[in-house]
This record gives sequence, structure tokens and C-alpha cells, in this order.
Amino acid sequence: MGGFPILSAMLAVPLIGAIACLFVGANSARMIALVATLANLALGIVLWVNYDIGGAQWQFQEYHAIFAGFAYALGIDGIALMLIMLSVFLMPICIGASWTAITKRVGEYMAAFLFMETLMIGVFAAQDLFLFYIFFEAGLIPMYLIIGVWGGDNRIYASYKFFLYTLLGSVLMLIAMLWMANAAGTTFIPYLMEYDFAAEAQTWLWLAFFASFAVKMPMWPVHTWLPDAHVQAPTAGSVILAGVLLKLGGYGFIRFSLPMFPDASAQFVWLVWGLSMIAVVVTSLIALVQHDMKKLIAYSSVAHMGIVTVGLFAFNVQGIEGAMMIMLGHGLVSAALFLCVGVIYDRLHTREISRYGGLSINMPAYATLFLLFTMASVGLPGTSNFVGEFLALAGIYQINSWVAFVCTTGIILGAAYMLYLYRRVCFGQQVNDDAAAMPDLSKREYLLLAPIAAAVLWMGVYPESFLAPMRADIQWLDERLAAAEPESDAHLVVGEPLPVTETEHDVAEGEAH
Amino acid sequence: MDFAPSFALIAPELVLGITGLTLVLVAAYGGDKFARLSSIIAAVAFGGAFALVAPAVCAGASGPDTLAFGGLFRADAFAGIAKLMIFAASGATLVIAPRFFEKIGWMKTEFPILILFAALGMSIMVSANDLLTLYMGLELNSLSAYVLAAMLRDDERSAEAGLKYFVLGALASGILLFGMSLIYGFTGTTNFEGIAVAVSGGLNTGMLFGLIFVLAGLAFKISAAPFHMWTPDVYEGAPTPVTMFFASAPKVAAVVLLTRVSMEAFGTQAAAWQQVVIAAALLSIIIGALGAIGQTNIKRLLAYSSINNVGFILIGLAAATASGISALLVYLAIYVVMTIGSFVAVLLMRDADGNQLEGISDLAGLATTRPALAWSLMALMFSLAGIPPLFGFWGKFVVFQAAVQADMLALAAIGIAASVIGAFYYIKIVKVMFFDEAADTIKGEGDRPHWALLLICAAIISPLGYFLTPWLGNLADMAATSLALPA
Repeated sequence: MGGFPILSAMLAVPLIGAIACLFVGANSARMIALVATLANLALGIVLWVNYDIGGAQWQFQEYHAIFAGFAYALGIDGIALMLIMLSVFLMPICIGASWTAITKRVGEYMAAFLFMETLMIGVFAAQDLFLFYIFFEAGLIPMYLIIGVWGGDNRIYASYKFFLYTLLGSVLMLIAMLWMANAAGTTFIPYLMEYDFAAEAQTWLWLAFFASFAVKMPMWPVHTWLPDAHVQAPTAGSVILAGVLLKLGGYGFIRFSLPMFPDASAQFVWLVWGLSMIAVVVTSLIALVQHDMKKLIAYSSVAHMGIVTVGLFAFNVQGIEGAMMIMLGHGLVSAALFLCVGVIYDRLHTREISRYGGLSINMPAYATLFLLFTMASVGLPGTSNFVGEFLALAGIYQINSWVAFVCTTGIILGAAYMLYLYRRVCFGQQVNDDAAAMPDLSKREYLLLAPIAAAVLWMGVYPESFLAPMRADIQWLDERLAAAEPESDAHLVVGEPLPVTETEHDVAEGEAH
Repeated sequence: MDFAPSFALIAPELVLGITGLTLVLVAAYGGDKFARLSSIIAAVAFGGAFALVAPAVCAGASGPDTLAFGGLFRADAFAGIAKLMIFAASGATLVIAPRFFEKIGWMKTEFPILILFAALGMSIMVSANDLLTLYMGLELNSLSAYVLAAMLRDDERSAEAGLKYFVLGALASGILLFGMSLIYGFTGTTNFEGIAVAVSGGLNTGMLFGLIFVLAGLAFKISAAPFHMWTPDVYEGAPTPVTMFFASAPKVAAVVLLTRVSMEAFGTQAAAWQQVVIAAALLSIIIGALGAIGQTNIKRLLAYSSINNVGFILIGLAAATASGISALLVYLAIYVVMTIGSFVAVLLMRDADGNQLEGISDLAGLATTRPALAWSLMALMFSLAGIPPLFGFWGKFVVFQAAVQADMLALAAIGIAASVIGAFYYIKIVKVMFFDEAADTIKGEGDRPHWALLLICAAIISPLGYFLTPWLGNLADMAATSLALPA
């Protein structure tokens, strides 16, 4: 790639687009936003192609010490690369989903989304502690506007709740960051990831970071902002919220909590497991009784994120790889599910499940794609979420079989609420005339859903494409955590190996020749 | 005694004083028809004073060479940086005020004169190296301020504001004087260095009482809780340009003065005043945040916002380190810009007839009717709330960094958690402007100087402001080290 600052370019393209959108009319704003996000997708693909798998841990690094207290330092590893790809992949889809649904203040809307894209890429690419914080926090502003201006009826309550909840979570992290920068004498994240903080300090530092990431994640019991925000946000807002913003919490755990405070992570492992187990079971049960489609999917997100946190805190390669795969898979699948809800919401303007029914009769193409994403959400083999959930649960099983047991029930409950949703929306009799008269997918909606469907299948059939760039980084993290790893509850006893006779060996060798 | 070096050191004050006295004559003989001209002359005088102070600040002036008049007055970089802020804020007031007063037919020649004398008083305050210089500067500033608050004497609210300010301000001055007399009585000197020597062995009860009374008197001037009660009433009642002035320049002066008294005179006894400052800081943050929630008038809301901000500024002082003082100065500079920006935005809230509007509900739907004003005000509100990437975040950042470096983690954690309460009312303004249906009451055209000032403020607090951080941080560091810190 030579010296071309591709990460800066990926930050600049949507930023310039956003500023341009503020000053033009509705149609031009739509076009600018689409072009900018597609250009960034192209840059993202260039980034992935040029990423040297098995090369240096940090690539595409940029460093300019232009600020007094911190530096403009960018750089990515495989984990960040995958999450950046997820962001740039979903953004054009978000713009497409808002193409006709948003009619008022289009310029500002598109600008807010493009700002959001810059900030999300910035979070994943930042290599400086405070630069990360700035990107992390700044995301509140556009999201607050997106929910508040273009959201549903109860949007104001939802936007306040979103803003204040997440702000309260992250301000304590800032104090922890200030302390860390002071203690370690640097704000450079790769250095801090290898810095050993004193064990007593790790405890409260870990808790401060946990407050922030648990809210973002969101983990039970601080998840309550999510259903409100999702339900009130416009479709594309929900897509970006579920697709990328929820991943910030998981990314934070991988980038900060685990490598920087391994001892504290081990110390609080019961807390994370406990909250995750509750999240998986409780929110799945809550999802089962929802009448509102978006709320149902929102609660299912909390349940899926519970499995992510369990995977992350399994302290082994399988668990962390699984958690990353769920994050990527969930980013695609929940985004697609929100788009599916958006498709029928645009037609009937209601999210009540009971207002629909029998859609497979009049909307066969829609029903097919919706089924694919439902199955992916359930974790059917061959789809993206299967890979992640299997790895994460296999990872935690090595450490604690009870946690694995409880979390696996989440998969069963997940099948229950998703299939129940699908049955009520797509199968059965056409009870509502207006729902029965809805036309099938338009060409634009095809274009939105088909790429996600392809990606979901790709990730399910050949996950190696996605695991390969992350492998070395997860391996590194596993080695970093090795010393602190909690003891497994399995107490495996290595049995006596069976006596192997010479003749059998010879035969085997002979066959091989 | 050779006074030449002393006069050289007070050159900026001389410029302001002589201009002020000349304009008094102009006002006495010429009357109000010279009001406009006087404003321009006063603004030029501020420009001249600014230019005279700037070299000392950039050079980081410190040491005995900065002492004038036998140690009564100190023109070091610490005072200099405060003067730059004071002169800039006063100049900005003079730029926007004439149009405001002309519209209601109340433009008086006294206005620029009072601003000049108030700024002169503040300039003396920040340079005070002696309790008597301190009091002289403070009273010159306060007496000008009382008249400024009551400038619109036909307006009941303005008269009420002036009276309230005067009665409570006089009480605070009395408390301050009482404290000063105790300090003088127990240390035998009014000079800060002398006091520092006298208290270096520890505080006796009399000195402690004196210190507490002085702190209480100064806390009143910076409207730190629990001495903040006058602020919302005075800010609401005073004419908007005057409110802008009150919220910016005198706050800088009083905070810097408080810092100098605490650090220079009582620097060796930091533990004695730190607890007071910490309590005042946390109370201000919390009361400022909670008090603002129910407000319907934007000027009252900004008054509570200023109380809230003073709390954060005091956290820098509470750290009692050079980096804490530097952070305090950086925060003050950003605060002045945000305050001026917010009040200019309030000035731009006019109905079709050009009357000023002050209700928060008048802002409803501003994003659709007046996008430029709405976006600027949104940036200011998020900046005041300390949300990155806006520049207000940087102020909070350096202050909390100083507190963490001084091992005051609990203070930092409580302070920053309380800032979330404050965020609530700032985002409420954004909500009114962006989410609500348009009230469409704000129709009046703004004047060009108002817009220019608003856009300058908005540009500084936008993320572009971060490019100022090395430069601002460097100046603040030099200023903080020029303060004679106890070893």
C-alpha cells in the first residue's frame, strides 16, 4: 500500500460527504451519501485485500503527534479489520434502506449517518487511548439526533435514555483512562495492551471499563435502553445500532478489558458469566412474549450478546474466536432482520405482529429471505451464527460446563421465539386484508437484502475467510491471558493410553506407503 | 523610588484607565450622541491593552521583575493570560452591545465607560499581590458591575437585578474584608509573600477563620455553590450583553484571584483550603446541574450552567498542582468562548419585530427554521456538556487529568458522574431545537457582528479547536509555573 494513509482516507470520505450533505437538497444528499458509503466500501475492500494475514500485528499504521495530550494514531489488527468491514458493508445498506422511508430533513439525516460511519471506523482504527474515547463518545451525538428527529412516537424518551445511559457508562472509563495514561506514561494502545498494571489497580480499572462496555454491549441489567432505542429509531438507525454500535462493547472487552487487565478479568469472571447467563435466559423469555417485532429482535440481540460475553471470558482461543464470529454474524443477521421489519413497516406502518399473517402467500420472496435470516438467527448450521455460537459454547464448555449448559438453553429459546415470530408473520391464514394486499419485495429491497444473505451464507459455509485475519491476534490475546486463566471445572483425568503393538504400527505405516 | 519600571508593568491598566477617564469627559460634555464612538474607542483600547499584555504571556514572565510598586502588583504570565481573556471578553461585549441597546433606544455613553472600569478592576484583581490591591480591584469591578446590571433603569427586572447584585455583593465584600482583617491581624502583613512566610509554620485558628472568610467572599464572586443564589436572578434580569459580560470576564478574574490567594499566600497550607474548594466544586457541579433542569428561561439556564462550570474549574484548583492550575486556565479559556457563543446565540433570538426572546420554548423547531443558529447552538450545548469531539470536552479532560494526577480519584469520579446530570439539560435544548415542532417565533434578522462572533466561537469549540491545544496548553503551563508555587 506504500505510504497511502488509507485509514485516514476512510475517515475522511464520509466526513466530507457529511458536510456536503448539510448544504444540498434531498435528492443530492441521498446520492452523495450513497456514493460516499460505496466509496468507503471500496476502500474497505482494498484494505482487506492488502491486509497481510500472518504479517505484523498492527498494519496500516499512521502516527501524528499533533495534539497536546494525545496523538492521532491509527492502525488495525485483524479484529479491527473485520469490524471495520462490517461497518462499511452495512452503511450503503442503511442509506438504501432510508432512500424512500425518510422524507423530512434528508440532508441532515444523511449527514448524521455519514458522521456515524466516520466515528465507527475511528473507534476501530484508533490506536491512541484518548482518540479512541473521542470517537467512542462522539457517536452519541449523531445517534441521539437520528433517534430523536426521525424516530417513532416515543422517540424523545428513547433518545434521552440512550444518551444518558451510555454517557454515564463511559465517563467513568475516562477517569480510568486518565489514570492509566498517568501510570503507564503513554496513551498508545498497543503498548498499553502489554503493560502490566498493578493487580489492585486492575480491579477498579476493570470495573470502570466494564461500566462503559456493559452498557454498550448491552448486558443485563443495563440493557433496558436498547429495546426503547431500537423500537423508536428509524429502520436504518436500528440497523446501525444492532449491526455495529453493539459491537463496540465487545470490541472494548477484546481491546481493553482482557489484554490490559487480565488478572481483574479472571477475578470478575463470575460476574460476567452470571450476568450473561441471566441475559441469555431472561431476555430470551422476554422476547418470547413480545408483540412488537422490533422489540423482539432487540431482546434477542441482548441474548446473543450474552453468548458473546461468555465466549470472550472463556479465556481460550475457541471462545474468543466464537465471540468475534457471533459479533460479525449477529451484525449481519440482526441488521437484516431489522431491514425485514422495515420492509413491511414501510407498507403497513405498524410493528404489531398480530397485524400481519400469511405473508408467505402474497410476499413469497420476502418470506424466503426472512426465513433465511430467521434460521441464521437461530443458529442453523450453514449460516453465520452457527459457527460463532458453536465455537463460543465449545470454548466456555472447556472452562465451565454449567455456564455452557445454561447458555445453550438460549439457543433453544432462540429457536422458539424466532420461529414463533416467523409463524405469526409469514405462515397461517391471511387474517388482515391490508396485510394480504402488500406487494412483494421491490428491486431496491432485493438489493439491500441479497448482499447480506450472501454474506451470511459465506460466513456459515466458509468461515475461514473471516477467521484467518483474526487468528494471530486472538492467539496473541490467548497467550496474554494464559497466566490469568481461571481453572476449569472439568478436572479431566488423562487415562492410561492403550498399549500399541509394533505390528499394528507397521501395518499402518505400510498402508501409508 | 524609581517608578518607571512599575509604570511599564501597568501599561495595559494605564491604557484602560486613561481611556476611561477621557471618555468620562466626553460623556459629560458630549452626551449620548457619542455613545457609538465611545464604544469603538473603548474596544480599540482593549485591543491595545491586549497587545501590551500578550508579549509577557508568550514569554512566560515571572520572578521579581514582574513586581510593581513595592510588591503591591504583579504582572506575571499568570495574570497576563487572565487579562487576555478579560480583555477579549470585554471587547466582545462592546462589539455586540451597541446594537442591542440602540434597538431599544438605551445606548448610553456610560456603557463603554463602565465596561472599561470594570475591566480595569478585574485587571487589578488578577495582578493583585497584596490584600489591599485585591480589594481595590474587586470593588472597582463590582461597583461598575452593579450599575451595569441596572443599566436599563426603566426595566423592572434590570433594576431588581442591580439591587440584588448590590446588596448581596456588598455582603460578600464585607465577609471578604472581615477575612482579610483577620489575616492581617494574625500574620501582620497584607502582602501575599509575607502571608506565605507567616503561615508556613501552620495555621492558627484566627488565620484559618480569615482564610475561610476570604474564600467565602471570593466564592460569592465566582458564584460557586453554596454562594450562588444571586446568579440566576441577576443573569436573568440584566440586559443580555451585560449578562454575557458577567458570565465571562469577572468569572475569569475572580477565579484567577482565588487561585492566586490560595496558591501564593496559602500555598503551604493547601490541605486547609483544598477541602473547602472540593466541597464547593462538587456542590457547584451538582446544584448547577439540578437547578438548571426546571428552567424555562434560557438566561437562567445559562446561569446555572455557569455555576456548573465553575465547579469543574474549581476541580483544577483543588488539585493544587501546577498542572491543575494549567488545566484551570485552559478550562477558563474554553469556558469564556462557550459563554460568549451561547449568549450571542441568545441575542440572535429575536421575533419579527426585533424584540428579544428568552424562552426555551421559543427555540422549538429552530433546526428547520434557522438551521445555522440551531447548529451553532447545538455545538455549544454539546460542548458545554463536555461531549467529544467538541472542544468543551478538552476543558473537562485536562481538569480531570490534573485531579487524577494529584491522586484525587474520588473527586474526579464523583465530578464526572455528576456531569452526566448536567448533560441532561444541555441535550434538552438540543431536543427542543431539533425534535420539537417549529414554534416559528424567531424570525428577526441578526446583525453581522453577532453572526461573526457566533461563528468564531462555534469554530473554536468545533473539533478544529483541538489544533489549539498545544499552543493553549503551552501558554497555560508557562502561566501556571510563573505563579510562585510553594516548593
